[in-house]
Amino acid sequence: MRGMATLERSTMAAASVTEDILDNGLRVLIQEMHTAPLASVWCWYRVGSKDEPTGRTGVSHWVEHMNFKGTTNIPRDKVKGIIEQFGGYWNGYTWIDQTTYTETATRDALDRMLFIESERMANCLYDPADCESERTVIISELQGGENDPDTLLDQELTAIAFKAHPYRHPTIGWLSDLQTMTREDLYAHYRRFYVPNNATLVIVGDVDTTEVMRGVVRHFGRIASGDVGRRPQTREPEQAGERRVTLSREGTTAYLKLGYHAPAVGDSDFFPMLVLDAVLTGAKGVNLWASFRTPPPQRSARLYRALVDTGLASSVSGGLVPTAEPFLYTMSCTATSGTPLAKLEEAALAELDLVRRQGITALERDKAVHQLHARLVFENDSVTNIAHQLGYFETVASWQLVSTLRERIESVTLDQVGAAAAARLAALNRSVGWFEPLPAGAGVDARTGRGAGREPVSS
Amino acid sequence: MTSATERGLAPVRVLLDNDAVVIAKQSQTTPAVTIHAACAAGTVFDPPELPGVAHFVSRTIDRGTLTRPAGAIAEELDGRGVSLTVTVNRHALSLVCTCLVEDLQAILALVADIVMHPAFPPDEVDTRRGEIVTLIRQDEDNPAVMASEGLLADLYGSTHGYGRRPRGTVTSVGAIDRAALERFHVERFAPASLSLVMVGDVEPDAAIAAAAAAWSLWRAPRPSVPRLDAVSSSPVRRLRVIPMMNKAQVDIAYGFTSIRRADPAYYAYWLMNNILGQYSLGGRLGDSIRERQGMAYYVFSALDANVIPGPLTIRAGVSPAHVEPAIASIDEELARLAADGPTDAEMAESTQYLVGSMPRNLETNTGIASFLQTVEFFGLGLDYDLRVPALLRGVSRDEVHEAARRTLVPSGATVVVAGPYAGHPA
Repeated sequence: MRGMATLERSTMAAASVTEDILDNGLRVLIQEMHTAPLASVWCWYRVGSKDEPTGRTGVSHWVEHMNFKGTTNIPRDKVKGIIEQFGGYWNGYTWIDQTTYTETATRDALDRMLFIESERMANCLYDPADCESERTVIISELQGGENDPDTLLDQELTAIAFKAHPYRHPTIGWLSDLQTMTREDLYAHYRRFYVPNNATLVIVGDVDTTEVMRGVVRHFGRIASGDVGRRPQTREPEQAGERRVTLSREGTTAYLKLGYHAPAVGDSDFFPMLVLDAVLTGAKGVNLWASFRTPPPQRSARLYRALVDTGLASSVSGGLVPTAEPFLYTMSCTATSGTPLAKLEEAALAELDLVRRQGITALERDKAVHQLHARLVFENDSVTNIAHQLGYFETVASWQLVSTLRERIESVTLDQVGAAAAARLAALNRSVGWFEPLPAGAGVDARTGRGAGREPVSS
Repeated sequence: MTSATERGLAPVRVLLDNDAVVIAKQSQTTPAVTIHAACAAGTVFDPPELPGVAHFVSRTIDRGTLTRPAGAIAEELDGRGVSLTVTVNRHALSLVCTCLVEDLQAILALVADIVMHPAFPPDEVDTRRGEIVTLIRQDEDNPAVMASEGLLADLYGSTHGYGRRPRGTVTSVGAIDRAALERFHVERFAPASLSLVMVGDVEPDAAIAAAAAAWSLWRAPRPSVPRLDAVSSSPVRRLRVIPMMNKAQVDIAYGFTSIRRADPAYYAYWLMNNILGQYSLGGRLGDSIRERQGMAYYVFSALDANVIPGPLTIRAGVSPAHVEPAIASIDEELARLAADGPTDAEMAESTQYLVGSMPRNLETNTGIASFLQTVEFFGLGLDYDLRVPALLRGVSRDEVHEAARRTLVPSGATVVVAGPYAGHPA
């Protein structure tokens, strides 16, 4: 067919990144991409919920919210519209390893975007009244998440899977910490971590690299570096046996979640696990941001066939995300109405036991690799996604990993997948979460925690 | 020489001999193509006595054809890394996927087979019925869904095409059999109800030739168009509370019926909605309820001008203690916009934003494909992307003020509150 292209072009595009480090330590990554008159700017900080001590869980996320509320040179009432006047979009997110801020707008907004990010790094206001007002907004965000049983179960499962590592607490924080944290706590966290030597600035789009660098130096060059101090070095002790948690609350639907301690992105079995996950639940790719948009191709995946096609579950999904330190590989299932969780769990574990014992076939490996390659192509469809990918990987390993993803996936062998399955999917390494719905009127009041339901059980 | 921006999307549109519409647009961002096939087979076409049929078809149409069993379809899609998403809204059932360029012909042929020759195998129908029942049960445990669906039911009536639950009920889904699915397919799926959009790294002529090869032999009678009555806004204020005491947060859905997409006032409404509940972090509503009062993580408005006057909806998620002040604040912001109209600055900001955001919205293949389907559905013209800026800039402040005055009437609002709340706000 005429007009046909090949996979090679997207691989070559990933190689054209310019890296520079300013004297103050700010790492700058620029990729020119002239397919649309747009530019995307992302400013990444190596600070996430894993950097939070007891009593201040959720501080990174709250700080992210505060960093949209005016700076010395962007008055509070001028924040609104500052990027929208260029047709732009802005946002931010906080997760376990990182906090990031982004704007994507027409290319003529580039200088404005750099100005905003430099102000965010150095000059946010933290007005006491804004801090208080945002407290209730964040608690509202937390409660909105708790309306979803699957989110609640995920939070509980993560908390029992880790007993030492700070990955155990939710990014949004525990409610009591959100109720008691002070403006000073927020500001201290901001000043400690928002320094150029703890940040990576990524610019992708219809830009000129030399011109961009001049703008970066002009806006960021005079911001002083700082000492982010010592971070916790906790390693999660090896799990000694299966852990379980059951949430019994009023609801309509039962959920099952399995969590296994997973490799960090830099560990040797990360990519074999990525292939294994594709075989079990379909390939999600490795772009956390883009993978929210498109469901994985999973109808021939092992767990889909074993659980969904048999009518035991209405959905199944797997989650393996690139992280700086070992996090979790999770499998989440929604039980169909009337299916006992024990039966669903038995069927899921039987499939996992099979892959532990027998590994995967060559055909499955090849299909998984092809799926993952296709996802890499699909995820490079916008300046926003490409910029996200570079910055995200820099916060968990190195941006240079991005251009090697295809090669690393391609090099995964059957033996490596088999070994990863045997080691990682062991019962000893497993946490199991159940959400058991109770009939109306029998459940625990979500706000008080009191009621007729059984207490959550964990071990 | 004109730039790409000045030329606009300039897609190529052809009508096949069987009356199917095919639209192609070349985009060279990635070596991939997005396929978006839409049939006029949405939930408004559900038989009144059997709500949920269109949705049920969307869950089963790709689970086996006359020549391909479900497993073969699964292998063909998964083996190429393709995820086929089938969705249904009020008026259209859509199949959307992205594939590598070299897979375009094979995937087009597969999608055509799925649309033309679904088999609805009995075992698949039974399995997917279980999934749908579970989805309905999940909806019934979700305050956001309960509030939103409750609002539409109260605005349009629970049996109207815009008011009934799109997935049906546990009872109606239990009564939908294979014959009902086949009947719906025969009555609603035909070349004349199909629009196929392809966007990606393939020349339009080649894409259209591939589409013609896959679809041109399809023959089926043109579907009838059943009558869909418009519904006027309520003259009185209505409030309904759906207590869900097991939940942590309350969802508020507050709204009115608005206008048809074809109404000349559409662009004034688009701007009015942006100023009210979209611009930056939720427009005036976000300024008041989130930014100044800290009562909600999200608050926004949404305009769905459609074939008949669709809903204008305001949504907020708040703690139980904030239900009454949040509703009072929504009332206040609506009344203020209706009384005073927008400011000149708001007009300029929102116009600039909506015009300026077009390149971003039309950056990806999926974004362009979705835009072109909207253009085709509402008959907006292939140069619509070039005309939007002038259409928006031509709206006066008085026209937006008039839109607000006509629609934003708190005394005629319909409000549904779902969550851990049993009170009765004024």
